[in-house]
This record gives sequence, C-alpha cells and structure tokens, in this order.
Amino acid sequence: MRESTHSGVNDFAVKLANVNGTGSASANGLLMQAIFRMGIPVSGKNLFPSNIQGLPTWYEIRVNGAGYTARALDYDLMVAMNAQTYARDIQEVRSGGHVLYDSSWPLDKSLYREDVEFLPVPFARMCNERFREPRERTLMKNIAYAGTLVAILDIDMPIVEELLTERFAGKVTLRESNRQALRIGYDYAKEHFACPLPFHLRRMDANHDKILIDGNTATALGCLYAGATVAAWYPITPATSVMDAFKEFCDKYRRDPETGRNNYLIIQAEDELAAIGMVIGASWNGARAFTSTAGPGVSLMNELLGLAYYSEIPAVLIDVQRVGPSTGMPTRTQQGDILECAYASHGDTKHILLIPANPAECFDFAVKSFDLAERFQTPVMMLSDLDIGMNDWVVPRIQWDDSYRPDRGRVLSEEDLKDLPKFYRYANGDENHVAARTVPGVHPNGAYVTRGSGHNKFGEYTETPSEYQEVIDRLAAKHKAAANFVPAPIVASSGAPCGVITIGGCDAAVRETVDLLRERGIVLDYMRIRGFPFAESVERFILDHELCFVVEQNRDAQLHSLLVLETGIRKDRLRPVLVYGGFPLSARKVIEGILTHSEIDERTGRLMPVVRDLEETACPR
Amino acid sequence: MPSIAKPVARHPSLERNELGLTIRDYEGSMSTLCAGCGHDSITAAIVRTLWEISMPPQRLVKMSGIGCSSKTPAYFVYGAHGFNSAHGRMPVITTGAIAANRELTYIGVSGDGDSLSIGIGHMCHAIRRNVKMVYLIENNGVYGLTKGQFSASADVGSKSKRGEANRMSPIDPVMLGLSIGATFVARSFSGDKEQLVPILKAAFAHRGMALVDVISPCVTFNDHNGSTKSYLYTRKHEARATETDFVAPAKEILASISTNGVSSVTMHDGSIVRFRSLPAGYDPTDRQKVMSYLQERQSSGEIVTGLLFADESVADLHEANNTCDAPLNALPYEKLCPGAETLNQLQDEFR
Repeated sequence: MRESTHSGVNDFAVKLANVNGTGSASANGLLMQAIFRMGIPVSGKNLFPSNIQGLPTWYEIRVNGAGYTARALDYDLMVAMNAQTYARDIQEVRSGGHVLYDSSWPLDKSLYREDVEFLPVPFARMCNERFREPRERTLMKNIAYAGTLVAILDIDMPIVEELLTERFAGKVTLRESNRQALRIGYDYAKEHFACPLPFHLRRMDANHDKILIDGNTATALGCLYAGATVAAWYPITPATSVMDAFKEFCDKYRRDPETGRNNYLIIQAEDELAAIGMVIGASWNGARAFTSTAGPGVSLMNELLGLAYYSEIPAVLIDVQRVGPSTGMPTRTQQGDILECAYASHGDTKHILLIPANPAECFDFAVKSFDLAERFQTPVMMLSDLDIGMNDWVVPRIQWDDSYRPDRGRVLSEEDLKDLPKFYRYANGDENHVAARTVPGVHPNGAYVTRGSGHNKFGEYTETPSEYQEVIDRLAAKHKAAANFVPAPIVASSGAPCGVITIGGCDAAVRETVDLLRERGIVLDYMRIRGFPFAESVERFILDHELCFVVEQNRDAQLHSLLVLETGIRKDRLRPVLVYGGFPLSARKVIEGILTHSEIDERTGRLMPVVRDLEETACPR
Repeated sequence: MPSIAKPVARHPSLERNELGLTIRDYEGSMSTLCAGCGHDSITAAIVRTLWEISMPPQRLVKMSGIGCSSKTPAYFVYGAHGFNSAHGRMPVITTGAIAANRELTYIGVSGDGDSLSIGIGHMCHAIRRNVKMVYLIENNGVYGLTKGQFSASADVGSKSKRGEANRMSPIDPVMLGLSIGATFVARSFSGDKEQLVPILKAAFAHRGMALVDVISPCVTFNDHNGSTKSYLYTRKHEARATETDFVAPAKEILASISTNGVSSVTMHDGSIVRFRSLPAGYDPTDRQKVMSYLQERQSSGEIVTGLLFADESVADLHEANNTCDAPLNALPYEKLCPGAETLNQLQDEFR
C-alpha cells in the first residue's frame, strides 16, 4: 500500500473541494493541463454531483513521476473551497498534509487538526476588492486558488500564462482578469508561505508524445475516422459528450468544402428506443451508424438489439456506463452493464462487446466496433464508463494508418446480384458463419423481407422447428467465431501461481496493485480482458493459475459470472474483488480486496486464498 | 404460417407502364390475412398506385412494424426490400433508413395498435421531423392478431364483438397529425380505391411525410353491429370533404390546370393535385381551417375523408439538416476520413 511518506517531488495527490456551478472546473482543468505540459504523469478525476449548481463537487489530481495515475486516496493537499463540506474534507487529508482554505471567514475551531498544516488565504476578500461583478468575483476566486497552487506546488508560471493566453485568445479583458486573479493567489502564497511545499512538481519529459483527452472525445473521433455517417442518440449522462464531440468534429471535418453541405446526419431521438431503431434502420440501409448511451438507455434498447441480432443487422452502440440500477447515480462510475450488454434482449441472444481501458483504446475500439458490426452483421457494444469517458487522461498520441479501409463485410453489389438467379438472405454462411446481405436500392434480385419473426435460412417466415433452429444455431456459431476478432486480452505473466483479471478502467489501479504487492513479495500475473466473446487465451490464463482474482466495479461480480458461464472454468478458481461505490478505482481498494480473501503462506511465501462464502467477497466500503 | 408465392403466369394482354412492367410485377406473395380484410384492398390500391406512377421496384422500400397491417408489405412489390420490424418501431427504423439513403422511396405500413399505442411517440416525432415517407395507417379500431381487444382508435360507445362498449376517447391520427405539424394529411376508406389511389399518388409526390389514415374494417373482430369501424358504418358515415386528381409532372401541360387559389396544390416534384370539389370556405393549405372543419364535422358523426391538408413549404429531415444530396450510405470513404495528418494536427488541441 502506498505510504504517505512517499509524498514528495512529483508524487502527491491534491483534492479540491468546490461548489458546483461556480466555475471551478475551469481552474482545475487549468492546473491539470499545466502539470501535463510540465511533462509529468498526471490524472484528474472529477467527482461531481448530478446537479447544475450549488452542490458539493470535488476534483482530484494525482501526480506520479513513475506513471501510476489511478485514483489515490491519500491526499497530501486539500483545497477546501466549500464551507459545506469542510468537516469531511479536512478529515480526509493524510497526517502531515496541508489544507488550503479561504480565510475570508474564520474556520470553526472544531475543524482544526493538529497533524495537518493549514494554509489560510483570504480569497473571497481579495477578489471582492479587485473585481466588481458578483459572477466575476466567484469565478476569479477559483483562478486565485489556482495561483496559490502554482506557488506552493511550483507549477511553471509561464506555462500557466501560456494556457490563459490560448484559452482567452481574442478575449483580452477576460484574459487580464484571469491573470490578475492568478497573481492575487500567487503573490499572497509567496508572501505568507514557505514555497514550495515539501511535495511539489519538477519538470519531466514523460508527455512528449502524449495527449490529454477524455474517452468520450476519443470515441467520437474514432466514429469519425471509422466513417460513420448517421448517428442517433438521446441525451444521457455520462454519454452526452460523445455526441457533442462527434457533432463538433463533423462540423469541422465533414462539411463539404464546395457545397457547404453535411456529409453526416445526427438525429436527437425522442428516446433510446428510437435512437437504436434509427441506427438499425441506417445500418440496414448500408450506412455506418451508431448511438451513444448509458445503462438506462441500454435497458430501453434491449428490444431492438434483439431484432438486430436475429435479423443480422450491424449496429454500433457506445455504452458509457454509470452507476445503476435504475437511475442510480448518473455522475458516478461503474461497470454494471456487462451482463446486460452481453445478453441484451429476450430469447437466446449474445452480443459482441469491446471494453476499452482508456481514451486511446476508446478510439481504436470505436473504429473496430464498426468493422466487427459489419463483418458479423450484428450489434457491437463498446463498454466505456464515466471515469474513462468524462475524465481527462494522459495517453499516447493517437495514430492513424491511412491505408485503413472499412471492413464492410459481405454485402452483394449490383454486379454480384444481376446474374444471381435467387438471393437467399441467410444461406451460404462463410467460415465465420456470416451470410451475404443486400442493401435496398441496388438490384431487384437482392430484394427480400427482413423480419424479426421466425425465419428460415432463405429469409422466409417459418414456424418449423428445424428451420428455426438451423438459423439460431448458426447465430451461436457466428458469435463464437467473433472471439478470434475481438481485441485479445493484455497479459503480463511471469508464471506466478495466482493471477489477477480485470477489465476496462480498472486497469491502472490493478497494475499499480500488482507492482505494490510485488514490492511486498506477493507476485500476481495480470490479464485485462478487452472483448467478448472470450478469446481462447482468456480461458488458458485462468487454467494456468491456481487462483485468479477478478477485479471489477459492480456488486454482482458480472465479469466473474460471464467467465464462469462462457468458459469451462470452475467457479472456485476465481475470486471476485468488487469495488462499486461509484468512484474511480484506487489501488488501495484492490489491495484491501485481495488481502481480505487471501493470506500469505509463511512457508512458501505464496498468496493463498481463504475459502469464504462468495457472498462476503465484496470489498470493505 | 409460411409465405405463399403467387403463380408467375402473366396474361400477355396485360397493360404495361412506362417501365414496361405490368401490374402483376408490383404484386408480392399471397396474402395470409382473413378473406375480406380491408388491408388487402389497401394493398391492391398500393399496387395500382405504384404501377401507375411507374415506380422502379428496387427503388421502393417497404417498412412495417408488427400486427396484421404490418404483414402487408410482403404482399406487394416483390422486387423491393421490406422490413417487418418490431411493434411500434416502424417510424424510427424508417427514419434511420432514410437518413442513410435519401434517394429511395419509402412507404411505411402501420396499424392503429402499432402507431396509436405502442408506437405513438415515434409516429409523432417522425411527423415533427417531416421524414420523407408515405406513412399509411390501416385503421380498424381493433387488435386483430391478439383477437379483438379495443385499440386506441376505437370510438366511444363502439362495441366489441362480445358486446362491451369502449369508454375511452379515441386518438384520431388525422387530428393528432395536424396538431403537431404534419405537412400532408389524408383519410380514406379501404373500400374506396377510386379515392385512395390519387391520394397515394399525391402522398408519394409529397416533400415530407404524407400521413394517410385509411379506415380498414376487420372482418373477423370488428365488422359487427355496434362497431364504428365496420364496412356498413363507414359507408353510412363517410363524408368526402375533398375529391382529388393527381396529375404527374409529365402530363402537366396536357392537363392545363389552373394553379390559382387553392383548387390545386403543386407538389414538390412538380406534380399537381387538383381538388375537384371542396366545401365552401375549405382551404386544404390552411391548417387552422382544416382542423376546425374536421372537428365540426366529426362531432356530428361524419367520417371525413379525402386529401385534407397539404403544405409543400416545409423542409424534410434532410433539407432541415443540410445533408448532402448524395445518399450518406454511398459517400466514398475518402470523403469521410480526414486522414492521418489531420488527426495528428487536431491532437495539438489536446496538449
């Protein structure tokens, strides 16, 4: 476990407590971006309420020169800017840490702690003196605390000034106000505190070929590059920004330079039923189409996902998971849609899932989703989550190969059709059990009626058991064949007896866990699953280990269940480690989870599982 | 129940249209609906219409949801793609299909269960988007496939086969459509092909969505005494508000029709709808007047039919979104992908 004494140069965590709707996001983003430009590995986690104005909101910045940027729970510095939450915020700082607060009003004596250092700055008073408009005073208070952090953490001032210049290009007055506010906080800190604090920043060159991007933006970029022309969606947190970004990219890159007309169409649908319906209609008609949604939307889309599965129509669905069930916690993260998506819709249905761990994979997997949807003529769901989708991540610059061409799968052309005596929609599957399809308008020989009702391999209505089974069995074989096409698991193996398996955004925290446990002499092999159906290598990894911990962010051990259901693995070879309170995963929680279920054999030094009722396997909250 | 192919024998004397096709070329597989079903008459009217306007079969796309009405796309134009989708979802699947390819001609066949209950939201929003399609509701006031439950279009007091009276007020797709901005609204009766064919021709010529409500009696579950959607009741109470002729663009000169006033409406494709008779003061281009007229006549028990309202000035889904002329499904990938260099440059914004 990370010890607080480690905190030092380029290794610390700051938590900023704000009131939402006051403009703090802008100041926090500025700090994050400045640290990124200093070349230091950094992450920012926005822990925000489902609300527009007035409720508590937090932002966490973790700086780690070694590159561990999962959420950290040991805060070296609390920027306490919300009096409503002073009590709990001040409690959260590690012993020996610091609390920066607005001293325009006295801090209640009961809130003081002996073991932390308080840094009082009269932000409100100073901003009220300098600025006139009430809104400006509120906004500038945020930039002022950013100025203080620049001083006490030794953030590069020229970089911050450069960022302000870029942000307020053409808005000179605004830029000047921001500069002044920044100086207010900076100068006050320089005058009153020993700057920098013991933990602070030092320039590095780790971000030379990196970008700072959120998963939803990267996903939208992937959809753009995949050649998607139709998008349909219904507003929902945390997926909305996928479509916002897609629209922005399309405005820039998909408007015909000669005619000014749009080479895309985005439809804001009346609900998620409609959104997926439009995607299915457009894909059936030969366009690349997608929708973005979250769990509640997937629930509604279940019906038509079954239609697309059974009638074999491509569809791409981006699911940015949030906390369920029901409305749940819309602004909190979880991996609770795994089972829902794997088997969405009534009857025998199975879908292809792609599960990215970071924005770079969001881009790649978004492109891949379209290729797989068209190759396998079936819905493909990409399971991102709020943490990946809405937080800024430092990832390698996204690469593109200009030789890429979309895999449109088996679609018959006019040339193919004109001499074809008779077209049968579901006959003659290829080696992956995929039959050729036709698109309307190409040739009358390709015409047929697509139906979600029982059909035989000729595409005709049927109620005959053998004819029905022939088609539905081929669908199962087709799904199985997709296992060789989804992204293979990432494996780091050194022949250890135990392994840890994880998925999606848990990646960073679990890798950190593996390294931290190794420091304690506990060796674990690592596998991150990136697609469903499971590749053969997934099962092999499990069989190669006496025991695997399955780390995921949901209550019901959904990945664990899916592994048991879809492979020949016995349940007792896998131990779920579950963290599902809604915040991004931290290594501390994973380690707690693993150690709760195991003990170290003193003779061999091996990690041994403690046999326990699976009901108790949830991590302590 | 498997689909039954019709025999392909064609009488050599059958008349041919501009494409050299006979009316038989616009048929589909054999209907499996009950003998005497109003829907089969509508299918026949669709077949006649498409033959007369010389629609190339593969340029037509036939969409439907679930229900008796939704089976019918299999019964016309064998050479066109059809999509018998999910209950109530025809409007959204069609909207998506049209988004992908604006060049084809789309007809959605729905029913009162499909469109006025489970899919009413989708229908309303497709109307609001003015999706360019013929939206046909085969309206019989009853759920046929599940054996006789009232639908949302059943009139107050109309009796089921078991003798129970419906108490809830009906949803009238014509009034609903008009109230939310439908740009083409018509009502007809399955037993009146003479009226329905010109309406359908005008509907196919319309700029956006043509909403066509067709009273289509269910001979098995809703054709008894006490039903207000029976053949007898409809024939007794039908009042033709308008009578229209459809004049295709090519025949315009020969017809020498005055386009003044409201006695005719020029459709988006240049064809003309001529109104032969209109009630005094009726203006099929004035939404408010049409609505008041309908309300007044319907409250006195009439089933008002005809091409009731048309407005060719409203942009359809694609026009409103400034979409390119070429179908989106046919744009070359080179036009869609900004390329590696652009990707590299745009990432400078994420530094």
